[in-house]
Amino acid sequence: MNFGVVVFPGTWSDCDFHYVIGEVLHQPVRYVWHRDANLADFDCLILPGGFSYGDYLRAGAVAGRSPVVEALPEFAARGGLVLGSCNGFQILCEARLLPGALMRNECLQYRCQSTYLVVENADTAFTRAMRPGQVLKMPISHGEGKYHADSETIRSLKAKNQIVFRYCTENGRVVKEANPNGSMDNIAGVINEEGTVLGLMPHPERAAEAAVGGTDGTLIFHSILNTLVEDGSFLKR
Amino acid sequence: MTAGEPKVTLDLALSHGLTAEEYDRIIRRLDREPTFTELGLFSALWSEHCAYKHSRVFLRGLPTRAPHVLQGPGENAGIVDLGGDLALAFKIESHNHPSFIEPFQGAATGVGGILRDIFTMGARPIAVLDSLRFGDPADPRTRRLIEGVVSGIGWYGNCFGVPNLGGEVGFAAEYAGNPLVNAMAVGLVSKRGIFRARADGVGNPVFYVGAKTGRDGIHGAIMASATFDETAEERRPTVQVGDPFTEKLLLEACLEAMASGAIVGIQDMGAAGLACACSEMPARAGTGMEIEASRVPQREAGMTPYEIMLSESQERMLLVAAHGREEEVRAIFARWDLDAVAIGTVTDDGLLRVRFHGAVVAEVPVRALADEAPVYEKPTARPAWQDALAAFDPRSLPAPASSPAAASSPAPASCNDTLLTLVASPGIASKEWVYRQYDQQVGINSLVLPGSDAGVLRIKGHRIGVAVTTDCNARFVYLDPRVGTAMAVAEAARNLSVSGARPLGLTDCLNFGSPERPEILWQFREAVAGLADACGALEIPVVGGNVSFYNETLGQAILPTPVIGMAGILDDVEARATQWFATPGDRVALLGPEAVSLGGSEWLWVLHRTVAGRLAPLDLAVERAVQEACRAAIGARLLGSAHDCAEGGLAVALAESCVSGPRLVGAEVDLGPSAIPTGEAADVTLFGEGPSRVVVSVKAEAVRHFEQLMSEFRVPWRFIGTVGGERLVIKAGGVSRVDVDLDRLTGAWRSGFERLVS
Repeated sequence: MNFGVVVFPGTWSDCDFHYVIGEVLHQPVRYVWHRDANLADFDCLILPGGFSYGDYLRAGAVAGRSPVVEALPEFAARGGLVLGSCNGFQILCEARLLPGALMRNECLQYRCQSTYLVVENADTAFTRAMRPGQVLKMPISHGEGKYHADSETIRSLKAKNQIVFRYCTENGRVVKEANPNGSMDNIAGVINEEGTVLGLMPHPERAAEAAVGGTDGTLIFHSILNTLVEDGSFLKR
Repeated sequence: MTAGEPKVTLDLALSHGLTAEEYDRIIRRLDREPTFTELGLFSALWSEHCAYKHSRVFLRGLPTRAPHVLQGPGENAGIVDLGGDLALAFKIESHNHPSFIEPFQGAATGVGGILRDIFTMGARPIAVLDSLRFGDPADPRTRRLIEGVVSGIGWYGNCFGVPNLGGEVGFAAEYAGNPLVNAMAVGLVSKRGIFRARADGVGNPVFYVGAKTGRDGIHGAIMASATFDETAEERRPTVQVGDPFTEKLLLEACLEAMASGAIVGIQDMGAAGLACACSEMPARAGTGMEIEASRVPQREAGMTPYEIMLSESQERMLLVAAHGREEEVRAIFARWDLDAVAIGTVTDDGLLRVRFHGAVVAEVPVRALADEAPVYEKPTARPAWQDALAAFDPRSLPAPASSPAAASSPAPASCNDTLLTLVASPGIASKEWVYRQYDQQVGINSLVLPGSDAGVLRIKGHRIGVAVTTDCNARFVYLDPRVGTAMAVAEAARNLSVSGARPLGLTDCLNFGSPERPEILWQFREAVAGLADACGALEIPVVGGNVSFYNETLGQAILPTPVIGMAGILDDVEARATQWFATPGDRVALLGPEAVSLGGSEWLWVLHRTVAGRLAPLDLAVERAVQEACRAAIGARLLGSAHDCAEGGLAVALAESCVSGPRLVGAEVDLGPSAIPTGEAADVTLFGEGPSRVVVSVKAEAVRHFEQLMSEFRVPWRFIGTVGGERLVIKAGGVSRVDVDLDRLTGAWRSGFERLVS
């Protein structure tokens, strides 16, 4: 079960993911340099938060065209899992590996705060350790996290159960007050049709220990690890 | 002399901010007229900003040594020992002048500059803090400045990837034309991996690394050494433009290069750019340096050596590498898409020789630039206004309803209303609007986020933790510079102690008006004396700092504002405290002296727009005992909370303990029958301010142990109430003075600042 944490110039959640996977969850993990397109050694790739290439064009726009990201479709096609958080989600949307786009927060300000997420789809490789309707606490830290897609895409996402997380209140109500960035339908995380690529704006790695922000974020990793254990064929590569 | 350069004359020297005497001194030192480039070098290195001409003589008396100080003042940052192989680097610096001219970029590059100071030492930044001062909150310009400054600080730190762990926002009319932006950065470094800004090893190559050089920021150091007038806007070109992305690359590349062993010394190019780095590095090592300015990577065409040497373009470093390891250095920087260009060598002649396409354009002894700037001991004079301020008696104030200043705000009719007014005042109200724009968690070490008395960080794999804070009540300093500054040190230390940390050292950012005015220099002299008093009594060394003079616009000086940045250690980071009440049933206790005053208080400023009066006395021995007792109680895990009693006095401290935590928790407090001296308003007891006071809540089961501990430390203290309920009730003299619903209290406290900016 080999995890890879992708490092772009300007990535800063790389060390945090590396620490949580290696030191908290005791799983093998290595960094993957953005110019490296050889992903044969990995089962799950993390695209962490940060400001890749400074995000001076559009968040994730340059990184979305880097060698490592261009190798992701093939990696996912052979069963590899891709998790993009924060800037990683932006990159996956820019690379069209996930539908929609992440735009500037409605408040026009950066937001670092705690949020609550309701699990809309617990039947994915990233969420199977969760219950449908379960409320998770996870922080956000971004300036461009407003999820946007055209109405056709939103309809399709709903029909295919691709909306995985939505912002909610502490007791699970999906209301405007719980939406930190103006995302459409409070969408916080979506998955691709094949179920191999998940993107979310919140930071699961910042909610992986009781001492710092709780442990709800580890449920994503526990879900992934279950998958990897169950699916023997994938492990053989 | 390069063709086309202006002829150097006295007038030209004067227009560079040098005095006639200083120009004369340069000629005598060189035994000739300086070239144009040399004049530029001297004007930058001899500016107040770089040379501390007016302050040096006063700063000599500060305590800077202690066994755990690994690096004191004089380097890019101070470093203290955390035990084992760990050390902590930290430094605070002002970026006031640029932030007034261009709030967003000015503040952003302030953060960039202080971060470079930290990683230049070999340390990885783990936190930043920002201490801000603005004009009257009612002034619409204030809002624009706050928005620009806060978003600039956020943009730089967020993109770079360092958590913001605290700071302050204060207001006074005197800052309207001179807002203060002080940024502090803290970094973690292995004791074996500390780097210094020295150009050692004759023959070693000198590398320029990082962003390209442009014309931005030329004369920035000189700008920061003058007061403002109506033409301040015209100085926009002297403000640099930041690129936090490049800085992040520079961080990773520099730390990688340092770890490779190929680096001998390194200095960031901040104020006065190459001029400063190329003279200070050899001056510290007793060597010289020769550089070819045309090799410096440039992003604009046709730059002269003068411009190249004085540019303050951001995100650049000068490093001295080990001879023979040039290719390693180039490869590391290339991997991070950064320029690393050999521009010169370390020499043995003690000179800075600047060539431009081969021709020598400057040849000056490095010591003349770095160490021989004139030191002034200008006259000081106690300002006439001090007596009038001290003579003020708050009891002489008109009733709030009839006071003109209060007429625009709802007149408080009772202590309840006064408390609600105070907690909603921008100085006291929740600063969440500010810090939610800053990443507070990247690195996942933040155990106590902004919103308590100090930020607390863990160090992964270790039991210890680190606490950080910045503090200064400038109203106190204005009323009594010496005692007020000692109080700022005491408060910073208290904020660490109530979090469970033992202070290890401080870095000061001394923001004052023009030192050429005897009254301002008197304030400065007194403040430094107060700094020394408190540092001595509390045994906290000064490990670095920054003086920012000339914070004046049109003759209006700021309140003297010696901001104290302090770092401390928690031996066991699990034994820490936060400021909010935790558990109903816990007993509330007040530690410290009873003496308080409305002089210089938030009450006087918010209700009467007045800064005057006398301060409550400061007894540093009591301060020390209270802090030690508090740390011992936290270390023994006896407390549910601990909170410094500061602006707004006891009632506000209690209110903050009720509303600032993750859950609202009420309290019932009785200050006793004799708490209200006859003839005086209850306001003094409730809202009067005094040093050395801490509100703690003691776990119900730990009361006996707590009592023993307090008598061991011989501190004044008493129980004043119990945690619980959905109201804050404060009785005094047998009467319920405050009785307020927590929803109302939290509403006022949470909305006060946001109302100002939205």
